[in-house]
Amino acid sequence: MRPATSYPDRRDDVRLLVIDPAAPASDGIRETRTPALPELLAAGDLLVVNDAATLPAALPGRDPAGAAIEARLVAASAPGAGGKGGEGGEGSERSERSEGGDRGDRFWAVLFGAGDWRARTEDRPPPPPLPVGARLDFGPLAATIAGRSPLSPRLVELRFDRAGDALWSALYAAGRPVQYSYLAHDLPLWAVQTVYAARPWAFEMPSAGRPLSWEILLALRRKGVRWASLTHAAGLSSTGDAALDAALPLPERYDIPAATVRAVTETRARGGRVVAVGTTVVRALEGAARTAGGVLRAGPGTTDLRITPDFRPQIVDGILSGAHAPPESHFALLAAFAPPALLAAAAAHAEAAGFLTHELGDAMLILPGALAPAAHAALP
Amino acid sequence: MNDLDGINALVTGGSQGLGRALGLALGRAGARVVLVARHAEPLAAVVAEIRAAGGEAHAIAADVADQEAAFKIAGQAAALVGPIDLLVNNASTLGPVPLRLLLDTDCEDLERALAVNLVGPFRLTKAIAGPMVLRGRGTIVNITSDAATEAYARWGAYGASKAALEQLARIWAAELGDTGVRVLTVDPGEMDTRMHADAIPDADRAQLGDPARVAARILALVRAPVAGTPPGARIAVSSAPLLTVEGS
Repeated sequence: MRPATSYPDRRDDVRLLVIDPAAPASDGIRETRTPALPELLAAGDLLVVNDAATLPAALPGRDPAGAAIEARLVAASAPGAGGKGGEGGEGSERSERSEGGDRGDRFWAVLFGAGDWRARTEDRPPPPPLPVGARLDFGPLAATIAGRSPLSPRLVELRFDRAGDALWSALYAAGRPVQYSYLAHDLPLWAVQTVYAARPWAFEMPSAGRPLSWEILLALRRKGVRWASLTHAAGLSSTGDAALDAALPLPERYDIPAATVRAVTETRARGGRVVAVGTTVVRALEGAARTAGGVLRAGPGTTDLRITPDFRPQIVDGILSGAHAPPESHFALLAAFAPPALLAAAAAHAEAAGFLTHELGDAMLILPGALAPAAHAALP
Repeated sequence: MNDLDGINALVTGGSQGLGRALGLALGRAGARVVLVARHAEPLAAVVAEIRAAGGEAHAIAADVADQEAAFKIAGQAAALVGPIDLLVNNASTLGPVPLRLLLDTDCEDLERALAVNLVGPFRLTKAIAGPMVLRGRGTIVNITSDAATEAYARWGAYGASKAALEQLARIWAAELGDTGVRVLTVDPGEMDTRMHADAIPDADRAQLGDPARVAARILALVRAPVAGTPPGARIAVSSAPLLTVEGS
């Protein structure tokens, strides 16, 4: 599939491929558009979104020799690791860290050499060799390389020269959202936010939620579909280093409110379906449940769950996702929600019909029963 | 009174006048306060004052009229304190003083008044009301003026911008009616502030309201149950003892 190179005219009106694993094999795929979403879900279903706002995570800078580099933030360092970041105490359901702010001064980042977003990530040169202790200049702020990951010399821990108010001001002044070489233009900060974005935990946009407008969300609610949210720190999708890419996604932090746990529990008890908006929501819910023996618990955590084709979700019944096809890694994740033959047919349909992929592209909904006769009749 | 414990509040125009008074009152009540203003130094002084009194406060130096600013402010604020529960759109500009007749008002000055007093609050509300609706709770307060409803000569740019802000607030309230997010418009009355002195230098300061008392009354509205104030209500808050609620 071709990537979308710019925004759709309206964020909430893109093509939607509906894939119903419960439908007869010959009738499991339908094409519609995202405004039809309220017709595809049923009263009693629950839509769970990732409310992470997208950070200006790409920082252009200079190394100690003056050479151009770029740092793309990929994760906040674990609380406690940064000295000022761990005041909340990990694990409590409503800890300071969960409810309050991020006060740490350390982030993990992937470093790149010279160049800008017009070059594909995989074509960007690596950064010059930089020792632990090297100081990087990002204009309004600076950082010291505090550590290096065994996964790749490009993956380093940065300790910024300030924390709190001053750090966040400087990050928002110096940084820009991670950019994509296949786009016709650069992406400003507003363009990488969902309509419900709150805490800026995401290093790239949780883009499955991009087509959701309030028009659609309120129509879903009028129909009796509930919403719930969690926050999941979506990391980078690509690093330009094959070994590091193979290790993605890195462990990512999440925070699941108690109200979301209640909504999931009630939905499942009443036979409703839990629909995740994006793989970040799947990782948070399924990752959290795994750490507690299959029981979903509220609170902050970190998950290293990898969704593979043989992964069987325990909490989530369906997924709203961007449109993907082989060989994209995201496509393989969808196999956790539909049988391979159905997915292959869906990918072939999307390809032939000219669906657009990537951050600003079209959408897919995989949901058992989405094409049951009642919903079916309502589709245009 | 720590009854706003744990509430995350964002107040624009926080370095002076009513914004400063709101910041201090919110800090005393236990809220986590984020103040926005154009100039860093006076803002830092207010933040220091709140912290010295035992409150939590943070500063974001930004111009709400800057079209890039809304998501930067929203992002920084949520990073510092978490999702915002209370947004007060308080920053505003009179335009050049002494105030001019409309026939003598430069078009650019009208545009600037609209950018600060109308479009800026719209952008910031858009960025912050969405997560409030998702969570099913939140309060948005727009600070207005009687210049929005009375045709005072020389108050054209300011008055028109505030009238538009009030209508926007009524429509926000109508659209968000059943979401748990409350939108209010508050007319603080004439207060003893630098802005008032700029507009009416020869006013009798003894007749002007005390921003601290007005701030206390606004917080009383914030504390009141959602049912206690009609959606989109325009509430005149003077420092006199009684509140006047004009129809919704």
